[in-house]
Amino acid sequence: MNIVACVKQVPDTEALIKVKADGSGIEEGGIKWVMNPYDEYGVEEALKLKEANGGEVTVVSLGPARAMETIRTALAMGADKGVHITIDDADEYNTAAALAAVIKGINPDIVLCGQRAIDNDSTQVGSILAELLGIPQVTIVTGLEAANGKIKAIKPIEGAQLVIESPMPCVVTAQKGLNEPRYASLPGIMKAKKKPVDVKDAAALGISVEPKAKIIKMTPPPKRAAGKIIGGDDPAAKAAELAKLLREEAKVI
Amino acid sequence: MAKGVWIVAEQRGGALRKVSFEIASAARKLADELGEEVSAVLVGSGVEGLAPELAKYGVDKVYVADDAIYADYTTDAYSAAVAKVVKENDASILLLAASVQGKDLGASLVGKLATGMASDCTELKIADGKMVAVRPMYAGKVFAEVVVDSYPQMASLRPNVFAAVEKAKAGQVVKFDAGIAAGALKTKVLETQADASGKIELTEATCIISGGRGMKGSDEYKILEDLAGLLGAAVGASRAAVDAGWKTQADQVGQTGKVVAPNLYIACGISGAIQHLAGMSSSKYIVAINKDEEAPIFAKADYGIVDDLFKIVPELTTAVKKIV
Repeated sequence: MNIVACVKQVPDTEALIKVKADGSGIEEGGIKWVMNPYDEYGVEEALKLKEANGGEVTVVSLGPARAMETIRTALAMGADKGVHITIDDADEYNTAAALAAVIKGINPDIVLCGQRAIDNDSTQVGSILAELLGIPQVTIVTGLEAANGKIKAIKPIEGAQLVIESPMPCVVTAQKGLNEPRYASLPGIMKAKKKPVDVKDAAALGISVEPKAKIIKMTPPPKRAAGKIIGGDDPAAKAAELAKLLREEAKVI
Repeated sequence: MAKGVWIVAEQRGGALRKVSFEIASAARKLADELGEEVSAVLVGSGVEGLAPELAKYGVDKVYVADDAIYADYTTDAYSAAVAKVVKENDASILLLAASVQGKDLGASLVGKLATGMASDCTELKIADGKMVAVRPMYAGKVFAEVVVDSYPQMASLRPNVFAAVEKAKAGQVVKFDAGIAAGALKTKVLETQADASGKIELTEATCIISGGRGMKGSDEYKILEDLAGLLGAAVGASRAAVDAGWKTQADQVGQTGKVVAPNLYIACGISGAIQHLAGMSSSKYIVAINKDEEAPIFAKADYGIVDDLFKIVPELTTAVKKIV
C-alpha cells in the first residue's frame, strides 16, 4: 500500500502565544515546536496500514526550515521517506495546492492528515487536498479499516456516529481516539537520520504565495472583566449566593 | 460582479439545526449593511417544507435541492450541489456552520470553488464592501481578522455565538437540480449509530458543567450530572480527567478536545491549564469552583468560589432547585 501522511509543525499546546506588537503574527521566540497532535494520529494510522498491508509511508510537510524536525520525528516513528516543501507561511488553499502538487507524483492509495492543525485551527487542508487530488474524503474519523480497495471509517457527529465507506484512493483526516501514537524509539531516531528527505521549494512547484484568505491583523484575545469571588465559610450560603447571581445578574439559569 | 449573501442551511433528519437560524441572522445583518439579498441553500430529502422557517430569520430566497440521493449527508453529494448553485449565482459571501458537517462541507467547497474561508468565526463585519471575519486561532490564544480576497468570501460560524434574530422575509423557494447521478457518488453512509445516552452535545450546549483532576474519579461525576440535569447542561471534562480514564474523549474540552462557547461554563476542580482555557474562554459566563485560590481558572472566571467542589456542588444543586 502506498501511503502518504501529511504533518505540520506547530507550537506545543502548553505554549504561551504572544502576538507581535504590530499584529502581523506571533512571537516565535521561546516556543517549543512539536508535531501537530492530530497529525500524530495520522502518522500512527499510516504505520499501522503499512504493517498490515506492506508498502511505504511518505511524510509530506510544508513549512520553514524548522519543519524538518517534525519530518524526522515521523521518520523516527517508522515512516520511510519524507518530502519537505519549504515556505514561510501559506493559507489553507495554497498549502493544499502545494501538498497536492507533491502527492500527485506519489500516486498514493491513501492520504492521512490530522483533522486540524492546532495553530490555525482551520480544519480545511485535508478536505481541500482531496478536492485538488480529485479523490473522495472522509474527515474527522476515530476508526479506520482498509481492505480490498475500500475503506470503512467511523466518524462521530453531534449525538451520533456514522460508518462511512469510500473507495481508495482517498483522503482521511484523523481525530483523537483513532489510535495511540507510538513514541520514536532510540534506534528509530538513529535510523531516521539516514532516511531520505526530498526538499522542494514551494515557488518551484508553481504555488502562489498570494493568500486567498488573508490575515490582516492578530490581537490577543479580548480581556475578561475581573470576576467576583464569593467569600464566606458556609458552603450552602456561598452556593446560594452563586445561584442567585447566575439567575439575577448573569441571567443564565 | 459577485453579489448576495448566501448561507448553507444545515438540516439533519428533516429538521433544521438551531445553528442554521444563527447563520441566517448573521447573514441578514451583513446583507442589510450591503443592501443585498440573503439566499439559503437547503439540501436534503423531503426538506422543501422547511423554507418558511428560514424566511422567519431573514432569508429572501431558499434554493432547494430535494432528492433521495441527499437523504444522508455525504461530502461529495452536498458539496457538488452547493458549489453548483453558488457558482451559477456568483455569490459574494457564503456562510455556513462550523459544526461537524459544516466543517467538512465548507472545506470541500473551498477546494471546489478555489477560494478562501475563515473558519469557526466569532464575529463578522463589513469594511469597504468586503467581509471581515474575526476568528480565534491557537484555540483562542490569538484572535485574527481575516479578509478573503476571492469569491465567494467564505466563513464558517461557531455555533452558539451569533444570536438568532427573527426578521421575516419572503423566503421564496427556488428549486434546483444539481444534476448529480447517484452512481457518481463515491462515499456512502453505511450506518448511523445514534447515541442512545441522550447526552447533550458539548459544542451545542448552552450550559456546560466540567470536571477536572479535582473530581478524583469517574463515579464522582454523578454530582455534576445531577446539577446538569437541572440546568439542561452538558457535562464536560479536562484533559487530565480524560487521560485518567474518568471521562471519554468525546467529553474533553480544550485545545485537543472540543472548543465550546456556552452561555454558562461551570469549571469544577479544574485548575485552568492553558490548553483547557483555550477551549472554553469564549463562554459568555464562567464559574470556577476550586480549592486552590491560585488556580489560573479564577483569572478567567466571572464568579469564583474557593472551596471544596464536593461541598459546593451539591449545595449549588439544592440552591438551583429552589429558584429555577
